[in-house]
Amino acid sequence: MGILPKKDTKLILDPLFDNNPITVQVLGICSALAITAQLKASIVMAVSVIAVLSVGNVIISLMRNIIPSKIRIIVQLIVVATLVIIVDQILKAFSYELSKQLSVFIGLIITNCIIMGRFEAFALANSPWRAFLDGIGNAAGYGIILIIVGFFRELLGSGTLLGFPVLGDPINKTGVYAFGYENNGFMLLSPMALIVIGLIIWVQRSRNKELIEE
Amino acid sequence: MLEHIELFFKSIFIDNMVFATFLGMCSYLAVSKKVSTAVGLGAAVIFVLAVTVPINWLLDQYILKEGALSWLGEEYASYDLSFLSFILFIATIATMVQLVEIVVERFAPALYNSLGIFLPLIAVNCAILGGSLFMQSREIPTLGLALNYGISSGIGWFLAILAIAAIREKIRYSNIPAPLRGLGITFIITGLMAIGFMSFGGMLTGGDETPTEKDKTNASIKAQDKNNTELTPSTAVVDNLKNQ
Repeated sequence: MGILPKKDTKLILDPLFDNNPITVQVLGICSALAITAQLKASIVMAVSVIAVLSVGNVIISLMRNIIPSKIRIIVQLIVVATLVIIVDQILKAFSYELSKQLSVFIGLIITNCIIMGRFEAFALANSPWRAFLDGIGNAAGYGIILIIVGFFRELLGSGTLLGFPVLGDPINKTGVYAFGYENNGFMLLSPMALIVIGLIIWVQRSRNKELIEE
Repeated sequence: MLEHIELFFKSIFIDNMVFATFLGMCSYLAVSKKVSTAVGLGAAVIFVLAVTVPINWLLDQYILKEGALSWLGEEYASYDLSFLSFILFIATIATMVQLVEIVVERFAPALYNSLGIFLPLIAVNCAILGGSLFMQSREIPTLGLALNYGISSGIGWFLAILAIAAIREKIRYSNIPAPLRGLGITFIITGLMAIGFMSFGGMLTGGDETPTEKDKTNASIKAQDKNNTELTPSTAVVDNLKNQ
């Protein structure tokens, strides 16, 4: 990150760990958890949110002086909805299977609290370039958690990563399955996403004592 | 009548918004510290879902769906505007929330005082948009069923937030490892509650769900079976050990 001044680097790196949108700010959990059973879906979701949040932040920041504050929520919703429609149409065109699998959850990016939260808290008061960096940072912080959860759920649940069998073949008993290892089907069910995030929070707060709640 | 009852129970227990699809998690986590506020927000969610889902059903049937515009004339019959549904649904929701707020303030000040602060929050609650989007993707056939779906999934959300708020009020007196306090333990409890709610899956009578839903429930049932079979040998081993 040597290219950017120190203040801008902080904008990107802060939300990745110490001020993570999911584990610290508690934003944007809504649309994400149900799709983390597979790593691929998590990555696509993360990339979509990065695209929507960074572009949306720039647009809102450009318009920040002409939006009347009374109707700003509706203006923000319209901007996000338009961007999400574009993402949804691109996904439908280039990877139809995946967009079927994500079903309504792409649409739910609109009401993802991270997006409204960053618009309100940052884009309305900062210049477009800084808003862009902030958007990328926050969406990436969200994406990291999604990818970690997706990684563990797919690895432990079905023994694959991105669809490739990395632990051997469960039917012919090769790889680790030869030693009696079994896939834990429970990891594929939605409640495990919550428990995995709970554990991530536990690890993070044990390492960084300042985050512990009273 | 039977389909109404079935949809009602299914939306409350089996496809519970919080536990099966994680909708509205943000406000679920943020507003569940006290039972009284949780009740207020839950009631507001039921109310808004009951209003917006039928309206969006009408929009979907008469404007958005493929061929929905045929009431305008023959030449419009081939139009498919469903790509516009996100923007139209969210606009309806934002407007309706505003309208509901004004109407309630005018005619029921007491209700407004208890719901008031939560109404603006609700426009960006994923549960509301999610209700409309699931209504569209599950192809709910009639207006009555859409109303039923709105109310019953609202009740499901209400139950979930009430339950977690009650647990969080009690858990304050427990000795939890410091890093888990607050958010961490709430996530884990929600996960455990979701596992509990999965047992309602056995109530499904089956037959008339959409294929996507069927796949989902089949998968979860399969996984459950798998767990059961995995559990039995291990318990047998434990028994053996005990006998020895």
